[in-house]
Amino acid sequence: MIDINSWDWDTGEKLVADTGGWKDKFEWVEEFQAGPDGEKVAAIVKSGEGEFSVCVNGEPWENTFDKIWHLRFGPDGRLTCIVQTEMEWTVAVDGQTWENTFGYVMEVKFSEDGKNICAFIQQDGQYGAATNGEPWENLYSDMTVFAITPDGQHTAGAVRPEPLGEGEIFKFQDGCYTVAVDGKAWDKKFVNVWHMTFSPDGKKLAVEARSNLYDYTIVVDGVSWSESFPCVWEPIFNPKTGAIVAPVRTAGEWTLAQDGKIMWDRFFVQCWHQMFSPDASKLAAIVAPKYGRWTVAVDGRPWGTTFGDMVTDAVFSPDGTRIAAVGKEDYDWSVIVNDTVWPDTYDVVWRPVFSPDSQNIAIKVEKDGLQTILMNGRPWKRECEAVWDPVFSPDGSKMLVRSIENGKYHRRILPITEITG
Amino acid sequence: MAEGQVIDGIYFNEVIEDAGLDEGTKKLTPEKIERVINDVLKGETGARLKTYVDTCIHCGLCSNACHYYLSRDKDPTYSPAGKVKQTMWEMIKKKGRVSPTFMKRASQIASTQCCVCMRCAMYCPFGIDIAYIMSVVRRICHLLGITPLYIQDTAHSHAVTMNQMWVKNDEWPDTLQWQEDEAREEIPTTRIPLEKEGADIMYSVIGPEPKFLAQLLYQAAIIFEVAGLSWTMPATPGWDNSDMAMYTMDSEIMGRVKRVHFETARRLRVKKIVMGECGHAFRSVYDRGNRWLGWKMHPFYIEHAIEFYYNLLKSGKIKIAKKYEEPVTLHDPCNVMRGRGLYEMARYVVSEMCADFRDMQPNREHNYCCCAGGGVINCGPPYKMTRMLGNRVKAEQIAATGAKVVIAPCHNCHSGLEDIVSHYKLGTHVKFISDILYEVMEKPGAV
Repeated sequence: MIDINSWDWDTGEKLVADTGGWKDKFEWVEEFQAGPDGEKVAAIVKSGEGEFSVCVNGEPWENTFDKIWHLRFGPDGRLTCIVQTEMEWTVAVDGQTWENTFGYVMEVKFSEDGKNICAFIQQDGQYGAATNGEPWENLYSDMTVFAITPDGQHTAGAVRPEPLGEGEIFKFQDGCYTVAVDGKAWDKKFVNVWHMTFSPDGKKLAVEARSNLYDYTIVVDGVSWSESFPCVWEPIFNPKTGAIVAPVRTAGEWTLAQDGKIMWDRFFVQCWHQMFSPDASKLAAIVAPKYGRWTVAVDGRPWGTTFGDMVTDAVFSPDGTRIAAVGKEDYDWSVIVNDTVWPDTYDVVWRPVFSPDSQNIAIKVEKDGLQTILMNGRPWKRECEAVWDPVFSPDGSKMLVRSIENGKYHRRILPITEITG
Repeated sequence: MAEGQVIDGIYFNEVIEDAGLDEGTKKLTPEKIERVINDVLKGETGARLKTYVDTCIHCGLCSNACHYYLSRDKDPTYSPAGKVKQTMWEMIKKKGRVSPTFMKRASQIASTQCCVCMRCAMYCPFGIDIAYIMSVVRRICHLLGITPLYIQDTAHSHAVTMNQMWVKNDEWPDTLQWQEDEAREEIPTTRIPLEKEGADIMYSVIGPEPKFLAQLLYQAAIIFEVAGLSWTMPATPGWDNSDMAMYTMDSEIMGRVKRVHFETARRLRVKKIVMGECGHAFRSVYDRGNRWLGWKMHPFYIEHAIEFYYNLLKSGKIKIAKKYEEPVTLHDPCNVMRGRGLYEMARYVVSEMCADFRDMQPNREHNYCCCAGGGVINCGPPYKMTRMLGNRVKAEQIAATGAKVVIAPCHNCHSGLEDIVSHYKLGTHVKFISDILYEVMEKPGAV
């Protein structure tokens, strides 16, 4: 994890860049990205005829490329993007490209501390992963899912080791897919392999799989649960015990199973996005307790408040006593905390962020094209062209707000009382 | 294709070789058939099927609604009630004790001789939804492993890639970037914004667009650029809104594919999903897949291309430079016309774009199906003549308009009508709305 203590938590307001002026310097400016500590703002820019670069705080990288996409800051503040030069693709990190190039780069993931940058790559029609530019020794004729360990030391994918011809349905149904970890495939094959989750220590891997057209199960390090179900969703690990929990469907209803055994006594129309509290004492999931209504269930007990469109982005507070989530009804988004809905609705609401002491919740929201931060239901006084997810200071008394107003990118450190009053 | 043979005591109105059915049937046992049929009837159908079966008085009024029946000179084996008689009624009557050959024919009828277009439901005095009954037959066939090979392969593609055409993870964004380059030759500022979180619109299409019809992505990029909209396309699986697993009744895969689609829109924090010109994909997102997952409707507003173009023209965001001159007619795709009622919007769009619009008769919700939908065209080449001989009425409808162009705002309809036009030598072209809109719209900024 990143140590945010080293960030500047004292400077109240800093004008970092006149982003509005960038369009005078470049033919066009794409979407802005703000660094995690707020000190940098960047965008892909068209710097010349058929030539693209990245502008950071007003200064373009020295390198230019034929194509650039997927500009993102890593957790450690390094700026990455996928770039193409002379028909070869690679990853650029703070303007420097990896030495190896590839036929294509589809996706980039970061370790929690940002030190390892992992990419889903294709080379000569073969697929696999690369970490900090180094690809797997073995690549595969297809790969469809890409996962990394929290420390980024290991990568995995759902791979098909052998070719599969058009219309070969019986070969497909015999099982052509498996999992490769660091390029080494499991022995056992499946009809399908989908979401995969590494354990927090990165030593185990659990995946959703279909062993024939009708039987779904969870496979852990190549060994299937002894139970199968008519459908399952993605598994997670209990951070304390290492047990694996996944939503499973049985007799047309959904619930949670642990290591293959049904663990909740209640079934739902739908159940997914399960999560443990930080101390693993509670288990929550997003559920549909009845057809067309959505809420959060904690240890199998659903909240009374439900939404028709969806409930998403449920987050446990650090102390595990509160859950904040986003609800949507008739296309209006709102925030719900421990079964109580905040008063206003928005056009879009982002993922809730808890303060370290679990007392405050801040969220990025958008209404009528303007974005701001909500804290505990109260909006910040400024309405901006863009804001990014807020970050609480380690002691929870301040908040980092990154925003663009009137074409100016600011980094602000606010006492939380500026919003809470 | 041979016609009219009795095999193992079962009458086949068409005899077609299909490894998906032939090999699958060899693995069936009477016990497995009985178990699966009864499991589905007891566990998955409930009051709806029972009500339909108990209510039907066998009046046959559904027959004249069906393009297969009308085109096959009123052969009763092609009538909707006749298809139920040859499939579900027998399964229920015999409590699942039917033969493997019976099930093979049931699969062939349900998958290739019914487009689940729901026209017959409008002609039934009780509103019995025979498409639903055929879908239950398909579900039983899926669970028995007897689904036509080509569409089964497509369902496998959905299961692996979350798209219809085995498009790999790199091929999708690479194709978008290629089309973006092409579009910049025409309007240099054109972008196809990938993974733009917070855009107003997520634009989603079906697998054949990157695979065979990349010009549609180009045209869409130009339309979005000229209209000045905030939009994005995902670079990840979830970009494809189509779902042939819906038609093989592999409902678990259908739900999985739809979940990825909605989760992608959620991840990108868009305000709505705009879909390209596809009918079945709309049905899967708007009606079937969403409901299997537990939604009454859908978590994001879903705007089909017809409604999207209608809004662009109504608002003046897209202006017509010069109307299309050739006489055109409009095919009403079942899933967005009968299914969603977009027929007046479609007529507004066509009338705005074209100087000489000639409606087919009958039209709107009464229009005949293209005979490609419902997954029928996806059952592949073995069934091409099933579609051609099964839709003479559509050829006659088109010919009667005298139009030179058939506008078909649906991929399956588009492909199916191209075959019809060719087989019956109608001398017309088939176009999407966007083909013409792109051609006649004003393009400020074009070089």
